[in-house]
Amino acid sequence: MRNTKYTDEHEWVAMEGDIATIGLTDFAQQQLGDIVFVDLPEIGSELEKGEEAAVVESVKAAGEIKSPIAGTVIEVNKQLVEAPDRINLDPMGDGWFIKLKCSDSAALVELMDEDAYTELVNQS
Amino acid sequence: MNKPSSIRKTPLYALHVELGAKMVPFAGYDMPIQYPGGIIKEHQHTRTHAGLFDVSHMGQILLSGPNITRELERLLPVDLEALDTDQQSYAVLTTSSGGILDDLIVTRFSEDVFFLVVNAACKQQDIEHLRNNLGADIQIETLTDRALIALQAPNAYKVMAKLAPATNDLVFMHGCRTVISGVECYVTRSGYTGEDGFEISLPAAQSESVARLILSFDEIEPIGLGARDSLRLEAGLCLYGHDMDCTTSPIEAALLWSISKSRRPDGSKAGGFIGAEEIFSQIRNGASRKRVGLAVAGRVPVREGARLVNSAGEEIGSVTSGGFGATLNAPVALGYVGSEFSKVGTQLFALVRDKKIPVTVAKTPSVPQRYYRG
Repeated sequence: MRNTKYTDEHEWVAMEGDIATIGLTDFAQQQLGDIVFVDLPEIGSELEKGEEAAVVESVKAAGEIKSPIAGTVIEVNKQLVEAPDRINLDPMGDGWFIKLKCSDSAALVELMDEDAYTELVNQS
Repeated sequence: MNKPSSIRKTPLYALHVELGAKMVPFAGYDMPIQYPGGIIKEHQHTRTHAGLFDVSHMGQILLSGPNITRELERLLPVDLEALDTDQQSYAVLTTSSGGILDDLIVTRFSEDVFFLVVNAACKQQDIEHLRNNLGADIQIETLTDRALIALQAPNAYKVMAKLAPATNDLVFMHGCRTVISGVECYVTRSGYTGEDGFEISLPAAQSESVARLILSFDEIEPIGLGARDSLRLEAGLCLYGHDMDCTTSPIEAALLWSISKSRRPDGSKAGGFIGAEEIFSQIRNGASRKRVGLAVAGRVPVREGARLVNSAGEEIGSVTSGGFGATLNAPVALGYVGSEFSKVGTQLFALVRDKKIPVTVAKTPSVPQRYYRG
């Protein structure tokens, strides 16, 4: 079963075994507006927790995806390069950014569950 | 979210909120940046059908009095004498050092009455400038009780044909008084999207009912500031405070066309406006930098503030506005470069997150203008 966690920077992390799929939340894509560009990391990149993993540009603003956990990039969603609007259309599904092989999946415990994240969004 | 209490609302504020707009502070007003469809859809809808914009935050100023034509010609390098009644012109208010205090549209209402539409962020300063530089016998009236809405793009005239048929006889940069659904309006064939379109000045109190009537036509969608910005960028039109300001001259800003021929150095009434000396010196000797259009390779938007470097990596300018052009389906930008780099076709690089993005100096507009000239 996927165990999905959230960060206060509006990223989601879905864990399956030691593989983490990372993306932006629906709230984040709504705030950014129409996304027109994505810069993805190279496969094999080693990311520290909090390190810039990807860049998104919407019609309004630039934003970055920080890796919520440490790991090695094993896959990127290449579809986003030609069709960045997938992030707007399906942020929690087709709009995923990267898959990481986690070196420290215990760090996931520090992240928010869905209820806590929903509360955060409702407050902002 | 708390907003500063001083923030102002246009007469259409409630309508924007009802339509689901995302409101943001802009030039002291709470303005719709986009509606639920999003900026790209709004931009495309405007180019293919038509869009309604609330531009009531802009300043509407009436100037009247004997000698107003001559008086105002000292502030605007335009041949106002040559303007017919109900004809309008784009113009810049110049500073004593040849900079641009604001850009505006001036319309001749009658022999001794002119109507200005100025930028929201500049209106207080503009009114002071007018008071300080026009004779004491000139009346300056700010029309705070009027709204301004723009109906832009290909189908705009079809809607106007139903609402106020006389407006279909207007050509670009001309206006007329008319009545829409019982409301007295001043309509001009103008706008800032590069498209055919109309701007409607009308009493604030009746503006919502007229806006609702216009929105009741199937082809019209409400359009926010986000798409307004990308539309004007594609049309190669400058935004005050970004692509020009007090430190840039009309020559540097590539706005020589806004100075009437008769007011230029070899014209029949050359000069005679504030800052003419510096501006004429630049016309004769060239300016050291120029505003240019930039075609951007790839998809990454190159935004305001991005530095421009030449092939040797030397900084030679910067981007003053940039974004994503939904009609071009590509990024589009304007910027300033050293004059030696201003030739169309010059290859440069914009620095985005320390990466060199190839850009090419390009002709503007990026999307052809489609004004109705009769």
